Amino acid sequence: MDKAMEYQKKPATTPVEMERTRNRRVYVPKVDIIETPDAMVLYADMPGTDENSVEVTVEKNVLTIAGTVNGKGFEGRSMAYAEYDVGDYERVFTISDEVDRDRIEAIVKNGVLKLVLRKAPHAEAKKITVRTQ
Amino acid sequence: MFGPALWRFGGTADPLQEMQRLQREMNRVFSGLDQAVSRETPPVNAWVGEGDVIVTAELPGVDPANVELSVVGDTLTISGSREPEALKEGENYHRQERSYGRFTRSLQLPFHVETAKVEARYDRGILQITLPRAEADKPRKISVKSE
Repeated sequence: MDKAMEYQKKPATTPVEMERTRNRRVYVPKVDIIETPDAMVLYADMPGTDENSVEVTVEKNVLTIAGTVNGKGFEGRSMAYAEYDVGDYERVFTISDEVDRDRIEAIVKNGVLKLVLRKAPHAEAKKITVRTQ
Repeated sequence: MFGPALWRFGGTADPLQEMQRLQREMNRVFSGLDQAVSRETPPVNAWVGEGDVIVTAELPGVDPANVELSVVGDTLTISGSREPEALKEGENYHRQERSYGRFTRSLQLPFHVETAKVEARYDRGILQITLPRAEADKPRKISVKSE
């Protein structure tokens, strides 16, 4: 039993916990990933962000989505009740070589980031006809 | 999450009672029971001022036309729905973490509101509702006269 445990894979974590310059909470946005015949489409819930506060970066095979939220209070009013906290968003994905780095499209609408990761032409599924002899 | 008496942070809060409440809350959090009970959706924040209360809720990707608000007395109800992305032929989910469907949320406000003057706006996935305090409900200042 112990032997078997040793070979268990471990979930990936960041090697070193990164320190941020902004003293704010960071949340992992929830995502949906849909595969279509020619692309991968990612939707991430990032309420409070817009096109100017979301950053999408690709470095080698690491895709990072980050969003900053400026959660300010309201003048003349004090917070009386809180169920959710306001913070930034960050999430990192590993993408395969088949994603075309130059044709990534990002749209933010109503606090949802939509990323279209198109597959490079050579990676698009090729249908091979099978013949009989 | 909390009982109906939300507005316990008044100036006359009994510290002992507040401590006991916190302890109960902590026990509940660490008992792990909460995971079985779904939290109320959407979570809301509220700011209270002299003349109004502002309620905000994070509702990303919701069509504002699908959100309904109603105010009865001092109770605000937010309801609506979020539609899943329509999949076409040949498309499939790799991950589905975002939730969809109907939501309804009621919240007790600290005072009665002027129903006709309630304003709501939806921006960047955040719903913001401004509820002005009803004229009749506003505290009246009574001057003390000496004879």
